[in-house]
Amino acid sequence: MQTNFTPEQLADPHVATSEKILRKCVHCGFCTATCPTYVTLGNELDSPRGRIYLIKDMLENGRPADAEVVTHIDRCLSCLSCTTTCPSGVDYMHLVDHARMHIEATYRRPFWNRLTRGVLAAVLPYPGRFRLALKAAALGRPFAGLLKRFKPLEPFGAMLDLAPRSLPKAAGEAGPGTYPAAGPRRGRVAILTGCAQPVLKPEINAATIRLLTRLGVEVVAPAGEVCCGSLVHHMGREAQALEAARRNVDVWLGEIEKDGLDAIIITASGCGTTIKDYGFMLRLDPAYAEKAARVSALAKDITEYLTTLDLPQQEARGLTVAYHSACSMQHGQKITIAPKVLLKKAGFAVRDPAEGHLCCGSAGTYNILQPEISGKLKARKVRNIEATKPDIIATGNIGCITQIATGTAIPILHTVELIDWAYGGTKPAVLS
Amino acid sequence: MDQIGFLEPRPAVLARRREIVADLLDLLPEGCLVHEPRELVPFETDAFVSYRRVPLAVALPETTAQVAAVLKYCHRYGVPVVPRGAGTSLSGGAIPQEDAVVVGLSKMARILEVDFANRTATVQAGVTNLAISDAVTADGYFYAPDPSSQLACTIGGNIGMNSGGAHCLKYGVTTNNLLGVKLVLIDGTIVELGGKALDAGGLDLLGVVCGGEGQLGIVTEATVRLIARPEGARPVLFGFDSSEEAGACVADVIGSGIIPVAIEFMDKPAIEICEAFAGAGYPMDVEALLIVEVEGSEAEMDAMLASIIEIARRHGVKVVKESQSATEAALIWKGRKSAFGATGRIADYICMDGTVPLGQLPHVLRGTAEIVEKYGLRVANVFHAGDGNMHPLILFNANDPEDAARAEAAGNDILKLCVDAGGCLTGEHGVGIEKRDLMRHQYADVDLAQQMAVRAAFDPQWLLNPSKVFPLEGRPAA
Repeated sequence: MQTNFTPEQLADPHVATSEKILRKCVHCGFCTATCPTYVTLGNELDSPRGRIYLIKDMLENGRPADAEVVTHIDRCLSCLSCTTTCPSGVDYMHLVDHARMHIEATYRRPFWNRLTRGVLAAVLPYPGRFRLALKAAALGRPFAGLLKRFKPLEPFGAMLDLAPRSLPKAAGEAGPGTYPAAGPRRGRVAILTGCAQPVLKPEINAATIRLLTRLGVEVVAPAGEVCCGSLVHHMGREAQALEAARRNVDVWLGEIEKDGLDAIIITASGCGTTIKDYGFMLRLDPAYAEKAARVSALAKDITEYLTTLDLPQQEARGLTVAYHSACSMQHGQKITIAPKVLLKKAGFAVRDPAEGHLCCGSAGTYNILQPEISGKLKARKVRNIEATKPDIIATGNIGCITQIATGTAIPILHTVELIDWAYGGTKPAVLS
Repeated sequence: MDQIGFLEPRPAVLARRREIVADLLDLLPEGCLVHEPRELVPFETDAFVSYRRVPLAVALPETTAQVAAVLKYCHRYGVPVVPRGAGTSLSGGAIPQEDAVVVGLSKMARILEVDFANRTATVQAGVTNLAISDAVTADGYFYAPDPSSQLACTIGGNIGMNSGGAHCLKYGVTTNNLLGVKLVLIDGTIVELGGKALDAGGLDLLGVVCGGEGQLGIVTEATVRLIARPEGARPVLFGFDSSEEAGACVADVIGSGIIPVAIEFMDKPAIEICEAFAGAGYPMDVEALLIVEVEGSEAEMDAMLASIIEIARRHGVKVVKESQSATEAALIWKGRKSAFGATGRIADYICMDGTVPLGQLPHVLRGTAEIVEKYGLRVANVFHAGDGNMHPLILFNANDPEDAARAEAAGNDILKLCVDAGGCLTGEHGVGIEKRDLMRHQYADVDLAQQMAVRAAFDPQWLLNPSKVFPLEGRPAA
């Protein structure tokens, strides 16, 4: 597509990157068909092609963001279904990341929106604060309906709906430290502890550590690690995101230098997509560019890593698993086959729900900030999953687990919990 | 590089912009009218992206009644209307103009009825082409015309352009698979043409409307023919040392009375582009490739393939490669169907759509190469060879106005070459804005006058998609 930038504009490295991305787009429109918001709303402005055009127009004219552009960019789930579809290789992710930074820098949001986003950015990435907030939410639950009646407060109502009725004990979390391999050591990995996941589902990392150590892999949960930065990154709060990225790069490089790392294991694909992008995010920071690229190259989803361990075929369990591929897994990291192969090897019958490319509506903080669209996508996703009549739903991202669980009675687990169980670990509690 | 002119916007319409927007807001539900200037910009073009005009407003109705209300209003106040499906037109069929209201069908995307007993599906016009096949595939059926953009393009747009696709060699184009439509006329009248049967009594107005490029009315619902899936289908790759030999082979296959489901052609640049995107396993050491798909029982497929291979041998075929699995077959088609978009990885392009008699394929391929070379440009050829429907993709740099002008000039020369070889300007993309001014190269004035008379019978004021199809000079007074 033709672009129209001055040399002065292109001197800004962010604009230069976006210009290159825009030049690849041929405006063919394929992306519209697989975009969850276009399919839901039927307006090109809420499709990748429409957003690309809005961003192009805004950047070319050097304009601050305005309410219209913000509305349509905010409705983007960042599911990246469009990048899987795009035949031209348009790097939509980095374009919309840039747009979000531009919005954050040039647009003043209405008060309630600012407040909501401020609260999310101040709470979610910090496990201690998040735990407290969830306890408070349990008290606030009766007011969810009331909050949702007042449009600007709707996100708070959505938060209360999503908050679990009871919280696992903090003691269940896998704390910092080294978990030695059982038997001879065949590898050494770091595990991303994460922020929201260990508060909501500590059993996921626990299962991962059990499984890996049993398979002869030493697992280290390094101290000093913070949230991967994805939550704030998707809000356009780049300084905060880069700060988190730098801290994690330092922590993991410390581990590499200490005793070497074969991989940095991530059990939430949303985080994985961001950590694999650290190299890009920090490309303009001479002190960190190279280090971040090293870290990104080591980042592996747990299912990616398990595939390298060549697990044996287990006997059939007589259980049907609907595999829900998180957007960050299939579109963000292009991991599509590995989790299903692992589940089949583990003895489960695996089903692919229809419209697997469509987002469940979780998308980080999307289900809080855009509850209406998110709710429609959730209903559609649950309908497709339930049509496969599964005993269990498996997925690789905590966001999807929380979202889908509020829409169905079928138990939903992280893939690694089922793999752990199949290879000698404990049976997940929800299945007992 | 705006060489193709649009109609001058009507000052009276532009002057009433505010009132028009206010009135349309009254006619449509909330969220169904786009009118903020910045929000209109993304609607300024379609997949023929070199031409752009920001519309006055974009209506996104949810029902046929709303479409009728908008058209009735526009008719009353002389406001031009440009229909839009998914905006995937390669000829600029959905590009608006400054004084036009775009009527987009993207919110009308429901499948209304599937009738297996009559082998029909009735759908809203905004349903995508592929969604129809997806909805019936579990029951062993599909909708045959398959434009490469079938993932995104809508059935309404397919009807407007009488779209084709790879599998149309055997099954025909849209008009051969369309049984009925609900059509809104410019004055808001809602009519139904055709039905569920293969023919309806009276004038074949359905045949007129299909390919009407949005100038005769707006289709809001369509009833299409469903076809039972064959027992099996197998794409086979045939590699040749020259484009001419591949072209001659196609003519010989069809000439000997063999009609496979599809014969697709790719030259070396196209093979490289598609392989890089799809990893389909296309042979890379050939100058031209044919994808030939046969279908039926194993025995039928084997028999047909044997005859085709024999003909291909006579033309010095270098590689014959059968797909070994369903996954491989899917990748072969994925690569082919993504060819245009995938070209975007290496350059901007404009896509031609000339159709030639099969015997002329080698001549036109050679001529195309010469024309493109004369303009100092590059070309990738990927097209429906069995139908003689050529799609040279002329590669250029959109940020260089001179390069863009050269590409457009080369395109015009290629289309003229197709017409002069006994072919026509468009096989499936429609005339749109792109080929409008070449219409006189194909048609005598008397032929054009008759077409325009039919058009004017539906829309005497020339309000529907008015800048398209017919050259601006020599039109009857509205």
